[in-house]
Amino acid sequence: MDGGVGYADMDALKATELRLGLPGSHPPEKPLPTTTTARPTKRSLDDDREARRETSEGGRATSTRATKAQVVGWPPIRSYRKNSFQAMKATAEAAGLYVKVSMDGAPYLRKIDLEVYKGYRELREGLEDMFKCFEGCKGSEYAITYEDKDGDLMLVGDVPWEMFTSSCKKLRIIRGAEAIRGLGSSQ
Amino acid sequence: MVGGFRWAAMFPDEVWEHVFSFLPADADRNAAALVCRAWYRIERRSRWRVFVGNCYAVEPAAAVRRFPEVRAAAIKGKPHFADFNLVPSDWGGGAEAWVEAMAEGWPHLEELRLKRMVVSDDCLELIARCFKNFKVLSLVSCEGFSTAGLAAIAANCRNLRELDLHENEVEDNCLHWMSHFPESFASLVTLNIACLEGEVNVSVLERLIGRCPNLKTLRLNHSVPLERLVGLLHRVPQLVDLGTGKFAAQHHPELFSKLESAIAGCKNLKSLSGFWEAGPTYLPAIYSVCEGLTSLNLSYATLQGPELIKLISRCKNLQRLWVMDLIEDDGLIAVAASCKLLQELRVFPSDPYGAAQPISLTEHGLVAISAGCPMLHSVLYFCRQMTNAALLTVAKNCPNFTCFRLCIMEPHTPDYITRQPLDAGFSAIVESCKHLRRLSLSGLLTDLVFKSIGASANCLEMLSVAFAGDGDAGLHYILSGCKNLRKLEIRDCPFGDKPLLDNAAKLETMRSLWMSSCSVTLGACRQLARKMPLLNVEVINERKRGLPLELQPDNCPVEKLYIYRTVAGPRSDTPSCVWILR
Repeated sequence: MDGGVGYADMDALKATELRLGLPGSHPPEKPLPTTTTARPTKRSLDDDREARRETSEGGRATSTRATKAQVVGWPPIRSYRKNSFQAMKATAEAAGLYVKVSMDGAPYLRKIDLEVYKGYRELREGLEDMFKCFEGCKGSEYAITYEDKDGDLMLVGDVPWEMFTSSCKKLRIIRGAEAIRGLGSSQ
Repeated sequence: MVGGFRWAAMFPDEVWEHVFSFLPADADRNAAALVCRAWYRIERRSRWRVFVGNCYAVEPAAAVRRFPEVRAAAIKGKPHFADFNLVPSDWGGGAEAWVEAMAEGWPHLEELRLKRMVVSDDCLELIARCFKNFKVLSLVSCEGFSTAGLAAIAANCRNLRELDLHENEVEDNCLHWMSHFPESFASLVTLNIACLEGEVNVSVLERLIGRCPNLKTLRLNHSVPLERLVGLLHRVPQLVDLGTGKFAAQHHPELFSKLESAIAGCKNLKSLSGFWEAGPTYLPAIYSVCEGLTSLNLSYATLQGPELIKLISRCKNLQRLWVMDLIEDDGLIAVAASCKLLQELRVFPSDPYGAAQPISLTEHGLVAISAGCPMLHSVLYFCRQMTNAALLTVAKNCPNFTCFRLCIMEPHTPDYITRQPLDAGFSAIVESCKHLRRLSLSGLLTDLVFKSIGASANCLEMLSVAFAGDGDAGLHYILSGCKNLRKLEIRDCPFGDKPLLDNAAKLETMRSLWMSSCSVTLGACRQLARKMPLLNVEVINERKRGLPLELQPDNCPVEKLYIYRTVAGPRSDTPSCVWILR
């Protein structure tokens, strides 16, 4: 077919084209996909070319960040299924009670769902499990504390479980000498 | 007639009708009808099943006139991308024109299946009144009707066998529609009301199914509580296909054992679905029927990996599995080990928009399934990462794929290890899978993948492309290759005018082409429309700014384009955002 000649040339041209960006990455030659949030005004072809140049220079990263805003119809899930997700998410989110857990010396925090645990012993076991990769010393030299609604740092275990889960805002695992001193006779 | 065939003319028409009844596909009957006038005449009078893939491809009256003895009709309306809100809601696909023509010309119609059409209550009432021997109503992804319309069907269709409502948007304005089935009505074989939003009167339902001894399929909606499922199942132990209602309740040992025995009592169960809000508590109640299951749809259940594994490992005879990505790679590895008869797998995303807790569902799960399930031929897989190596392995393991749909959720995602485009991976799929009929692409892709597809995908009938390609060459490869291509849908790709105009003739061999957010101009569409009178070139422009389309210059960019072949000419029901170019 005659059309083929033109396309093969374009292929060869593309292979020699110099451009910015990582090898193998091909910046889009067209404007960013439509988003539900931004409704751009009707563009002339000139504006389109402007947008394309900007995108090419910005490289892959910009376009990927931009597509984080919800693109219409993507990912391709039927509206029927989407509506079910919203409903399911609503029930799931209503159910969870996620709080952050920090441990002295650990490079990052974790999050746990307090509703999963039935009591203090399970919570302790769950936390030990979660942070065992950071155990530099034996397990006994740490104290589990939490920040309550008033912002005070409290020792975990003093109040009934339900009262604890309703007032706990975040957890903090204190290690070392400070912890031993603090524990005293309460354990 | 040519000399050697005079003997053929000696056979009475009935003989040829009988011969034609053995032709399996419409395409074969179409071919027979082209042989000579006699065969055309005989074939058209004996065709009783008709499939219209695009409701605008032919005038309803013309179809009804040509095939006067039709008993079963299936019609499709909106383009596939309407499922993802890319088609304006008023675009069209109304069923009235067809239902009116059919009521007029096919009074003996028994089966009607509509997909992606706008069906009004008036349509349903017309169906209920006009077709005395109506047996099957199947509505898939339709909208525009309410439970009042269903009441009319229930009241009037005395011989109804199937009422199959699959993923429709149904307005709930008639709570007691099911009470309209007369007491004497007992012919139901299939009842699928899973998509209905409203409350269902379970007592009425119990009485209805209790008097239908042939009921094989019952799919409930999420309003039916678990406690009532027990009573329903007792009335239909012959059930083959069950869609549960809500599959959660307060933990109650008595309810559990009642449910367990009710389900075990259904010795013929092959298919399970529903499972809304399913949790680990009641799931074990279905263990007893797992071994007999061939189809399991857990795609609305937010069950976690471990529970899913416990359940699915018991389903040794599973052929079809629909599940959420919460199953994760570990779960799919377990499926690969247990479900050796698996043919179809669909994995849906549990959190498509958020960046919530990352789910460990990766290319490893897909590779495991491809290795462990030798009968696998159809896959739909949503994930966040992929490699060419994984796709090469999948292609090698599964040369029998007929349908491969991979959706990597972030557009333009490359092979996460090599950072290369996924051209090599998808090329391997089309080169290895010689019977591939349907393909959906995703991830970072250049024109190279289209070169492979155009050259190798000889059986491909439907191709979905998004955020892929470098330029015109990509589209040209597809349109100049893929000799069996019927449907092509493209969004957000840098494809422009040249490949469309160069391959105009190809478009007449296809059912339809959808292009949105590409680089097509109005001028090219005008040229195409002038050149190809048997195509409807629909330009869809939802932003009504500036000049009307007739006055726009040729270089005006086209947002959305839908081109389809038709013998009916331009349709007369276009909304204001759609222009049909001439």
